[in-house]
This record gives sequence, C-alpha cells and structure tokens, in this order.
Amino acid sequence: MVATDVQTPATPPSVEKEVWDEKRAARKDTREGWLFCAPYLVLFAVFVIFPAVWGLWISLHRYDFTLPDKPFIGLDNYTGLIDGSSPWSAVFWESIRNTLLFTVLSVPLLLVVPLAIAMVLNQKFAGRNLFRAIYFAPYVLGVAVIAVLWRYLLDANVGLINYYLGRAIPWLTDVPQAWVSLVGVTVWWTLGFNCAIYLAALQDVPRSLYEAAAMDGASWWQKFRTVTLPGIRSVLVFIVSTTIIASMNMFGQSFLMTQGGPGNETRTAIMQISDTGLRQFDSGMGSAMSMIFMFFLVVISGSVFWLTNRDSDAQAKVRKAKAEARAQA
Amino acid sequence: MSTRTHRHPRIATAAAACALLLGPAGCASTALSEDTGPPLGSDGYTGPPVTLQYWNGFTGGDGPYMRAMVDEFNAAHDNIQVESNTLGWTDFYQRIVAAVHAGQGPDVAVMQLDNLATQAARSVIVPVEDAIEQMGFSPSDFPQTLVEATTFNGHAWGVPLDSHTIASYANTDQLNAAGVAAQAGTGAAFESELAAVQQSGVAEPFWMPNKWPAHLMFLSLLWQGGGEPYSADGLTATYNSPAGVEALSWMVDQVKRGVSPTNVAIDSQYLAFKNAETTVTWDGIWQINDLRTTAPDLKWSLAPIPKVFASPASWANSHQFVMLSQREPDADKQQAGKTFIKWMVEHSSEWAAAGMIPAYEPARSSPEFTNMPQSALSGQIENFHYMPSIPGVGDVNVQTLELAVSEAVLGRQTPQQALDQQAARADDILASNAEKFGATNQG
Repeated sequence: MVATDVQTPATPPSVEKEVWDEKRAARKDTREGWLFCAPYLVLFAVFVIFPAVWGLWISLHRYDFTLPDKPFIGLDNYTGLIDGSSPWSAVFWESIRNTLLFTVLSVPLLLVVPLAIAMVLNQKFAGRNLFRAIYFAPYVLGVAVIAVLWRYLLDANVGLINYYLGRAIPWLTDVPQAWVSLVGVTVWWTLGFNCAIYLAALQDVPRSLYEAAAMDGASWWQKFRTVTLPGIRSVLVFIVSTTIIASMNMFGQSFLMTQGGPGNETRTAIMQISDTGLRQFDSGMGSAMSMIFMFFLVVISGSVFWLTNRDSDAQAKVRKAKAEARAQA
Repeated sequence: MSTRTHRHPRIATAAAACALLLGPAGCASTALSEDTGPPLGSDGYTGPPVTLQYWNGFTGGDGPYMRAMVDEFNAAHDNIQVESNTLGWTDFYQRIVAAVHAGQGPDVAVMQLDNLATQAARSVIVPVEDAIEQMGFSPSDFPQTLVEATTFNGHAWGVPLDSHTIASYANTDQLNAAGVAAQAGTGAAFESELAAVQQSGVAEPFWMPNKWPAHLMFLSLLWQGGGEPYSADGLTATYNSPAGVEALSWMVDQVKRGVSPTNVAIDSQYLAFKNAETTVTWDGIWQINDLRTTAPDLKWSLAPIPKVFASPASWANSHQFVMLSQREPDADKQQAGKTFIKWMVEHSSEWAAAGMIPAYEPARSSPEFTNMPQSALSGQIENFHYMPSIPGVGDVNVQTLELAVSEAVLGRQTPQQALDQQAARADDILASNAEKFGATNQG
C-alpha cells in the first residue's frame, strides 16, 4: 500500500513541465487578478465582510443604538435563544422551522417545473417566443404587486378564486392552505427566472448528441438522463444553490399576503430578524438570530456544494485518466 | 505631500472602516439636547428667516389637509419656512430614530400618542410642558384623559393635535330596509339590530376581522368591561383578565352566531362594507375620507361603538406635535418650531376635514368640525382610552395581544387559551423591556 501511494504522484516529465508552466502563469496572473478585483473587493470588504464581523460583535451585547448603555453580555443572546429562556426563542425557532418548511416545499417545484417548461419551450413550434415571454412575465413584477394581487384573488370571503370554486377555502388564514398559497404564488412568480436559465443551457447541448443517441435507439427518458441532464449539469448546480438560498430568504410574500399568520405559522426567519433588529432596534438579539440563521445557510449551501463538487471531482478524475490513457497511446 | 501621493489603497480602506466603526460610537458619546430651548415670547418668533424641517406620517387621505395647513402657515409667516417630509408611519419611526441619533433629525414632527413613551425612552423627543405654557395653552384646553395619556415620567412629551378613535359605520340603506332608525347604543340593541338586518336579507351583517382593526375592537371592549391591557407599573399584561376573556369571547361569538363569516382576512371586512355585502363595520374614523372618495354612492352613518359591557369606552390614539432632541440645538429654530406648533393647534379646526377630532377645545366648537360626521363622537371624548405610557408597548401589542385576538377569532384557540398564552409571553417581553429602558414608572 505504502509503495503504491508513493508511486502514484510520479508523472511523466512532460506533464511535470506543464505543471511548472501553469504555476508560473498563475503567479504572474495573481497581481493582475487582484488589481481587477480590487474595486469590488473594497466594496465587498466595507459592505459585506466588515458588517458581518461587526454583527458578530454586536450579537455579544445587549445592543440598542438609541440607548446609552450597550452592555457586553457574552453569549447570552445565543444561549437565551437556544435554551428557550429568551422571550424571542420560541417564535425564532418557529420562524426557522417555517423557513425550512417553505424551502423543502418550494425548491423541488422550482427545480422541476421550470425545467419541464424550458424543455417544451426548447421545441420548435409557432408562438414559441410569445410563450417564453409569458412565462417570464410575472418575474418582472415586484413582490408588493404580486402579493397584493394574490391576496385579493385568494381572499376566503371576497376572493375571485373561491367565487369560481363556489367554496370558502381559507387560502390565507389557515394552514396548510396558507402554505399551498405561498408556495404556489412563489412558483408562479419566480419560475420564469429558472426557466430562462434552463433554456439557455438546453440550447447549448449539442444537437449531434441527441442525433447520436437517436441512432443508438435511445428512448426519450434515456436521452433525458444521458444527454440532457449531463449537458446542463453545471447550470443545474447553479440553479439548485440560488433557488435554495432564495427560498431560505423568503420574506415579502408572507409579510404581505398572510402577515406571518395564522398565528406565527408563516412567519419566516428574515421576517423575525428584521422585526427584532430593525423595528424593535434590538440589534444584539437580531444579530444573534442572523448568525444562527447564517449557520443554517452555510450548512445547507455547503452540503450542496460538497455533494456536487465531490461528484465533479470524480468526473475530473475519470477525464484525467482518459487523457493519460490517450497520451500513453 | 509625498504621503498623500503615495497613500496605499489599503490605508484608505482602513480609514473607511474606522469611520464606519467610530461613527456609531461617536453618536453615543455626543449629548443630545433635553429641552425645547429658550422660552417663546408672546409675539412668537421674531428672529431672522429660518427653514424648519417638519416630519410626519400623513400619507393617506389626511395628507392633503396637512399640506394645505402648512402652506397657509408659510404664507402667513415671512421669517419661517416649513419644509414637510411625509413618509408612511412604519418607515417614519425607523427613520426618525436613526436620524435624531445621527444628529440629522428634523426640528418638529408629529407622532402618535402610543409611541411617545417609547420615543422618550430612546431620547428621540424632549419634554414640552414648558413649551405648552409658553404657547399660551393650558391643560383645560384639551380633553383631560388625553392630557393624562401624554404624560410619562412626570413630563408632557407632545402637544395634542387631535384624537382619533374607532367607531361604528353602518350602511343606512340596509338599516332602513330592516326598519332600524338609528345605530344601536348597547350590546343588546346591537344584537337585535343585526338580527333585523339578517331578516331583511343581509346574511352576514357584521364581519369580524382577525387582523387590524381587530385588536382595537378588543381593547375597546376590554376597557368597557373595566379591564386594562397592562398593569400600571408596565410590568404585567392584564388583558387575560375576566374582562379580557369576555371581550374576546364576544368577538368570537359574532363568528359562531353566523353574524360574521369565518376567516375574514385583512381588509376584507372593509371591502365588504364598501361593496354593501355587510351592514356594520367598526373601523377608525380616519376612513371617512376614504369612504367618501372610493365609495361615493354608499350611504352610511357613523356612531360610537355600542356599550356592550358595563361602561362606554373606545380605543383612541392621538397625533401629537413633538420637538426632537438635537445634537446642535439652534435657538432660532426651536423658537420658530414652537411658533409653528402653536399656530397649527390654534388652527386645528381645519384639521377636522382630515377625519380627525381636534384636541383643542375651541376648535371642536367650530362649524368646520361640527359639520363633519365624526362630530357625532365628540361627546364621547372623555370615554376615549389611550394605550398606557410604557416604553416599547406598541411592539408588545403587535407580538402578543394582536396574535391572541387573531388566534381566537380564527377559531384556532379559545379566548382564554389565546389570551393566557400571549399574556405570559408579554410578561417576559415587558420584563426585558423594563430592564432595557431602565425606567418602569408610569407618569
């Protein structure tokens, strides 16, 4: 075992030279790269890194900027939230639970439905561009517009939807109906964005691959699995990550359509954090909530990244092995 | 010179970061003014021309009337120019707190009474009892209950402009069709009024909202039954008292009896009233202008909400002129500010057109007010109840009391359960607020 481990890194001289060249190129590029990135990095440092670190510091205080006393209280904000002794604890964890529930309900739909629509819109048919525009249209509307629109459509007593259904379904004032409404409206509103990205990716999949697959007698499902999905893989990873993050950050829909209700059942984490930090000026507690929420975001985004990256590492190895085999031959 | 030309970008970044870090720290160390400046003479402000910044939240139907009054004031005063900044109430409080603490606050503003204690505790506003005296007003110029409600920690924090309450709007066509001559004054009469209207074909004549203004209805009924939402020391929620449970049960009963549909979402009851789908709705008197403009064909009457329990009472709030804490107080602007407030209060009969009840006694006997629908409530003004002066009480209401009302009206919890559960949470928040604001005594 030891012997093979030592032997593995041994590579032919030609490859060694190539690696050295890359290194030199990389070293030379660094300075220019930093230069080009500098304007953004300055903004990033001032408006993202610095506030994040400062937020961490604030979360260790009972911090209200309007009051003269901002005592350092160590981890009290965190322990109060975690052991339930803070009056905000229960509602905060309920908001985290609601956010995760919304994410679990909305992300699969936001991945699958736009892909299906994009595949249809990728076919050649009359009025294709019109349909592409129609599916994208809701996305250009602001959240305030779509929320007010749907609030009236979905109203239990004066809404158009119940009028046509001839029933009095409490779309916004009871669960699980409120979740159906919120997820449904969100999918209707944002699917156009994912759809447009899918469509761009689908158009990049070489037609020759489909032709080759067809000649090999591949079924529709086989073509989808072996040509379409691998072809849009990198875009898929991007959509998965951005959709999860967008869903975790849901705020406007429930703020405007259900006001977090019934009770606190559709109150999301961002809603709770902004309420605590910006309305009650309890910046210390609000920052502590943000940090805990960030922990969830990091864990989830990290696992998505890790899962997909591990996969692409494996593929890279396969590619490298094939390239080496070709070089040997 | 050479240091400037060779300045490294990293230093600039560090400097920017320092400025950000020190900015807020600087805010805390520089003292804010705590009074309204030198006394105002009997002939008002006579100094050089000044421009005043005046912030308010009149974005609704009341906005045009406020603008007209400010224009009139500007025309009448050569040496004072008032510049208004109007933004919605929610944004208003967030921004004015930040602006004052950054030393960029306005000279004068209007705030709602239930915010005064909170803003006083946050050092945003200054006591005005001396200023009120300098303006030539005495407490007897305003309703007694209102003057008491303006007091916190032994000081007056605002000069009352108006009172606004919730009242009962009724569709007069539907009342007439049911043979009801006038709106009911008691709970029993109200019940038979609704029954009569149901008989004549309006299936659900009194829609019970679960959100705004549901908690204002609840508070009114709580006070009618002799209850109080919070203890006098501001440390305990008392809205789960028997009076509170009775009040909320009465609201839930309207749904159970079928007078109201279930699941009335925000604004639905008001929309239904405008569309003549329901006969009676309790809402703020500030909706008068909205009803006049958006439902011009609707015939309605306005009356005090009926006395359902022992004594007449209804929730009310008040717009108050306040003077802001200043980092660098300017004696001229402070004097001009007081002149402006004095003029506005003295001319507040014009403000009646915005759907409000002027707080200034002489204004309430003017024809501008007595011709308005809300003058029907003027006799009730001493029965108006205001939120107690407890810093942070507004948020406690939003977080707990409103939630309890909503849960019970939607039928998700019994009134007792909902009120007990939220009152327990309110106690925790009140304790945490008392510790935070450091002052627990009520004025």
